[in-house]
Amino acid sequence: MNPRFGLKKALYSEKLAPYLFVSPFILAFLVFFLYPACSTAIMSFQEVQGLNSSNFIGLDNYKRLFDVHFYNALKTNTIYTILSLMLLIPVPILFAVLLNSKLTKGRTFFKSVIFIPALTSVIVAGVSFRLMFGESDTALINAVLGKLGIPPQNWMLNYGTGMMLMVILGTWRAAGINMVYYLAGLQSIPEELYESAEIDGASGWTKFSSITLPLLKPIVIYTLTIGIFEGYRMFGESYVFWNEGMPGDIGLTIVRYIYQQAFQRNDLGMGSAIGIVLLTIVLAINLIQLKLFGLFKKDGD
Amino acid sequence: MSEAVRKKLTTAVIITFFILVCFIVLFPLYYMFMASFKDSRELFRNGMDLRLIPGMMSLDNYKLLFSDKSVYLYWYRNSLLITGLYTVCSLFLSSLVGYGLGAYVFKGKNLIFTFVLFVMMVPLEILMLPLYKLIVNMGIINTYSGVILPFVVSPMAVFFFRQYVSGISKDFMDAGRMDGCTEFGIFFRVMAPLMRPAFGAMGILLAMQNWNSFIWPLIVLRTNTMFTIPIGLSALMTPYGNNYDMLISGAVLAIIPIIVLFLLNQKAFISGLATGGVKG
Repeated sequence: MNPRFGLKKALYSEKLAPYLFVSPFILAFLVFFLYPACSTAIMSFQEVQGLNSSNFIGLDNYKRLFDVHFYNALKTNTIYTILSLMLLIPVPILFAVLLNSKLTKGRTFFKSVIFIPALTSVIVAGVSFRLMFGESDTALINAVLGKLGIPPQNWMLNYGTGMMLMVILGTWRAAGINMVYYLAGLQSIPEELYESAEIDGASGWTKFSSITLPLLKPIVIYTLTIGIFEGYRMFGESYVFWNEGMPGDIGLTIVRYIYQQAFQRNDLGMGSAIGIVLLTIVLAINLIQLKLFGLFKKDGD
Repeated sequence: MSEAVRKKLTTAVIITFFILVCFIVLFPLYYMFMASFKDSRELFRNGMDLRLIPGMMSLDNYKLLFSDKSVYLYWYRNSLLITGLYTVCSLFLSSLVGYGLGAYVFKGKNLIFTFVLFVMMVPLEILMLPLYKLIVNMGIINTYSGVILPFVVSPMAVFFFRQYVSGISKDFMDAGRMDGCTEFGIFFRVMAPLMRPAFGAMGILLAMQNWNSFIWPLIVLRTNTMFTIPIGLSALMTPYGNNYDMLISGAVLAIIPIIVLFLLNQKAFISGLATGGVKG
């Protein structure tokens, strides 16, 4: 068959053309997703020497994995995720509800300003945070504390304050994004619901707790899911404060640990094993959540 | 208290609250901007201290970025080129796929869409190591293609375009067919123009993500003159703080393009984000 005839036929065919349209994804999926995913799984059972030679060592990487450093990384990610979510759900809801109220003037302006941090890279924003939380007693935050009679802190050298830095930076950048999600959710709530509640004499709080919050539930779940996902893959927030290494394991996160093992110690097998554990954690949490919130039911969307 | 007075009072409280919020939100950026005009030795010694407007302001830190020895201009060029190339290629490929999934009924469609959603659910960090090996073996380590290629078909963009195309009437496609267009002709001549708002929203979002992307370029880009801005700046961050002059003025200049883009296209930013996210 003439190949040009074949191509021409495909271009006119409603049956064949869709496969051509989706082919970039299929190709990218096979080469840049499926193959690497299998490759990670295999490498996690190997000792990898250089880029092209390796031998199987069974579960050794996984056995080595469960040491104190990994637990520290896991703990840091878990605490980080919980703390950020404690801020990243209520605060954006508050912003969105107030910005959705007709009483508020200058809504577009406030919305834009609150979104601006989301535009900055974690590294660029981190420069500013590193300066503000400098260790000298004249650096901004220490100077303010000094006025209050609190001694200067060495922010990046303590686990607690280090965690605080990461949470503040992460929350500062993500709050505006969540606010946009909640605003979109609020706009889809029909005005009549509030009107009829008002006729029944419902107070502002009753309206919020019995109309707004239940109807925002899908978006709360969405931001919760994204928050957990982002929390367990956090890297930049740690890297910007401790790019050259850290005292103890302050700021050691799971992805940081992968990076350290694979690219600084050249142990790709170990790095892969950590990656597989990370994948398991993220997927497990996602599945539990989907199950808990009944999102497997078709009418959920 | 009358109803009108109470409303006015509530409004005043809310606005005061938001002015305070805006102050907190913008403070780190304002702080960095002001610090960028400070003398670097003083900056290192005293941080920014409590004077929010520095006593002496100079452009020395910025001059440093444009001096002969500086590699900052390379970083800026790399960032602009990588973001530009990535955004154009990704918009093209992702819109083709999203269109295919949204506009046609065909065997395997649901399976492919499930894969799109699955890729969105897997943290890319677990693929870094084999991808790194792959990029080395393909000989594109330390190149723009190495940064762009693995993530050029963006599942988020595919998802977004699919949603958008599902909302466009299929009558347009039939009209194209009557006029003798090929299926690709229909896409380029009929549907793509109708998808313009989607291209706008997604283009801006992809550009923003790519301009700020960090971990993958950190792995792929190896030589100083190939770095993008975030990678270059992170390399300047030593524990001794002796690069604060370049670091801080470089960071300020890095934010400007994306802020300008945002101020010109706020609606597209917000709608892209809201549609791509909430319906997920």
